[in-house]
Amino acid sequence: MSTSNPSPNDRRQHYLNAAYGLRSWLLTVDHKRIALLYLGSITFFFFIGGSFAVMIRMNLLTPDGSFLQAETYNKFFTMHGLVMIFFFLIPSIPAVLGNFLIPMMVGAKDLAFPRLNLLSWYLYIIGGVMALSAAALGGVDTGWTFYTPYSSTYSNGNVVIMGVGAFVAGFSSILTGLNFIVTIHKMRCPGLTWFRLPLFVWAMYATSVIQILGTPVIAITLLLLAAERIFHVGIFDPRIGGDPVLFQHFFWFYSHPAVYIMILPAMGVISELVATFSRKRIFGYNLVAFSSVAIAMLSFLVWGHHLFVSGQSIYAGLVFSVLSFMVAIPSAIKVFNWTATFYRGSISYDTPMMYCFGFIGLFTMGGVTGLLLASLAVDVHLHDTYFVIAHFHYIMVGGAVMGYLGGMHFWWPKITGRMYPEIWARFAAVIIFVGFNLTFFPQFMLGYLGMPRRYHAYPAEFQVLNVMSTAGASILGLGYLIPMIYFIWSMRYGKPAPPNPWGATGLEWRTPSPPPTENFEEIPVVTEEAYDFEALARRDAAALRNEGELQNG
Amino acid sequence: MFQGIPIQPEQASSIARQVDYLYYFLSATAIFFSAVIFSSVFYFSVRYRRRVESEVPKPIHGSLPLELAWSIGPGIICMFIFAWASILYFRNANPPEGAMEVYVVGKQWMWKLQHPAGQREINELHVPAGRPVKLVMTSEDVVHSFFVPAFRVKKDVVPGMYTTVWFQADQPGQYHLFCTQYCGTNHSQMIGWVYVMQPRDYENWLSGGGGGNMASSGERLFQRLGCATCHVPGGGGRGPQLQGIYGKPVLFEDGTKAVADDAYIRESILNPAAKVVAGYKPVMPTFQGQVTEEQILQLIAYVKSLTKDQGNVVENPSEDKATPKMKAPPAGKKP
Repeated sequence: MSTSNPSPNDRRQHYLNAAYGLRSWLLTVDHKRIALLYLGSITFFFFIGGSFAVMIRMNLLTPDGSFLQAETYNKFFTMHGLVMIFFFLIPSIPAVLGNFLIPMMVGAKDLAFPRLNLLSWYLYIIGGVMALSAAALGGVDTGWTFYTPYSSTYSNGNVVIMGVGAFVAGFSSILTGLNFIVTIHKMRCPGLTWFRLPLFVWAMYATSVIQILGTPVIAITLLLLAAERIFHVGIFDPRIGGDPVLFQHFFWFYSHPAVYIMILPAMGVISELVATFSRKRIFGYNLVAFSSVAIAMLSFLVWGHHLFVSGQSIYAGLVFSVLSFMVAIPSAIKVFNWTATFYRGSISYDTPMMYCFGFIGLFTMGGVTGLLLASLAVDVHLHDTYFVIAHFHYIMVGGAVMGYLGGMHFWWPKITGRMYPEIWARFAAVIIFVGFNLTFFPQFMLGYLGMPRRYHAYPAEFQVLNVMSTAGASILGLGYLIPMIYFIWSMRYGKPAPPNPWGATGLEWRTPSPPPTENFEEIPVVTEEAYDFEALARRDAAALRNEGELQNG
Repeated sequence: MFQGIPIQPEQASSIARQVDYLYYFLSATAIFFSAVIFSSVFYFSVRYRRRVESEVPKPIHGSLPLELAWSIGPGIICMFIFAWASILYFRNANPPEGAMEVYVVGKQWMWKLQHPAGQREINELHVPAGRPVKLVMTSEDVVHSFFVPAFRVKKDVVPGMYTTVWFQADQPGQYHLFCTQYCGTNHSQMIGWVYVMQPRDYENWLSGGGGGNMASSGERLFQRLGCATCHVPGGGGRGPQLQGIYGKPVLFEDGTKAVADDAYIRESILNPAAKVVAGYKPVMPTFQGQVTEEQILQLIAYVKSLTKDQGNVVENPSEDKATPKMKAPPAGKKP
């Protein structure tokens, strides 16, 4: 593989300079450009959702919640959850990195349905605009869970607009999943068998299955909710003959699998990072691949663990508890296999690897604290307290966001053709890790002590831990701003990136950075397993020899 | 500097300690597995750090024995935890025989409680130490959740159904009561206190107030709403007689059966056509909208108090509380 640096003056055609103008972006069907459209939009939503989080933490500095009014506080935590989940986390890795990478990783020119891909982005934007207009028109105060009959009857907020926004964005998710599944099945290049695929592709495949099977259920549920709210059809409100607990079942039938829509892609990214930065094939490749599929299947069978204190039958609680413990096992298999991959590896500490270490630590903590919540008798105490908040932030922020940032740093050179400043990036990674733990670790303690979630004001004895959490959140917030700044800076001033700056094995590294519009100059042929670093070294050496001969001859 | 940070919630009920033992075990397991992962990652990443830029380590494909070990090992631990937690959950789900009952109605944003002897409380619950207390709960509006951290108990309070939760407080004192299911604007104000009293203090407190016991309030309602016209003691009315039916199986027109419990009586008041007792016609009108959740609970308490032999209920709270069980049969005639 050639390692020569293309100079900044190199006028080589690539996907970024293939066309100019707003029109060339808004009407593009290039999966890489669509990935960048998503990148811009989810970053916007991430900072919107983040600013709601800042307000929440500011309010909780004092026990009486003097910073915000109760109603405002409730709207802010609702918007924080809705924006972060539906408009940042669910699309984050799939729509940005998945969109950019899946065609390249399978050696294809684009996704199977490029126009559908662009439609997905527009649906996402329409959903996002509706969500923001619901906020602008006065907000929604139901919590992101929309529990009935509060949401269907009592809440005064703009529940219907918000619900339709999530409904429309859901179709974006379904169509993206469909596109990925078809692409992975039908468009793999010659020689790329299923068990030669990078594990990121396996993880994205499992994620896509959840997206197309689970998302319709939340769509139906939101429609039923709107029907009850607008036409007063008794579905969930007991006064008109409905069952409020039924809503909780429907809601979590999607929303628990949705947690895996957020974390599975991050696990895929981590598999790539672990292999690349220890220069080793992932230990137990097959098991790591199958565990993604196992997680996707089991994820549909554990929704009832959100209902242990809801009045659901205690026998149902028993079944959901045992299934929840079972879903822990494929997750544990992944963590153990990543750890074993480091054994006798060649480990470097580049920024993506820093995020990878962060992910393994925080995801492990998120996972083991999940065991406490799967345990019936202990969950009764911890349910709906800050322990749950801490647990899922360890998974979704400590896990999914760390994975996303790790992936962004890893593939940034490929996406933009520029390197980011390594020193700043490592510094930011450390700041984020420290800020994250200071924010969320005290919340485990708060939860065990009994502080309920979604409280605008709280008893004074909880203040010390809340102040620590708010202090951590300030550090975390600053930590997130740093990459934002140096990423933008690097697009113009960063060092030009070689085709394969990390010595990674995937097909995406065999094409220039940034790639040409059609991804590869010629369709690649795969002759080796994934993560074959010895073959990569042989190819690089051969390329070097060829170059030398050319120069000499 | 960490002196001001609380670590452990108070343990004030008979199950608090048992839940905590499991919690400690789980925390230890969590710390153990995290420590194994962290120390291995740390050790490997130092021991096998990249020393030469061009080095390519030998690939290792995997190891079936290791994979089995780290799937089955944690699997066994998980099943052990599952069994322990479930046994505890089952034990905690079923109130012991003879538990004293208190009725709870949640509404935005307050807790309304009533003792069978008649005492009403708002956002406060007084209970004696050392005696099992069962709460029968429902909501007037949205879903709430009844949580007393010091007792390690929590249960959602759902409109349209009765949920129950029980505890036996063993430390006199004052404990937080929280609503933990988000219920709207003042959710964080839907809080209160549980006062656990020495049994003697509790007796004193009980005799201090209250406007007639729940069953007699129920009886007055029963008369006022005209229920007595059809539900005639001894039978023969247009509706079935209610003496002694509580807790007994009832046969319906369609041949099915159900036990006459709180939920059944509530349904019969609000939606009488849903289950029609065998031999009767569906002539009873619905009382939806005419009775509050609290009044329904009083009616249930009245039906509960009716025994086979007599249609009358206890009235005198001082006599009532002298009996060990709150739902004891009538101890005296209404004056």
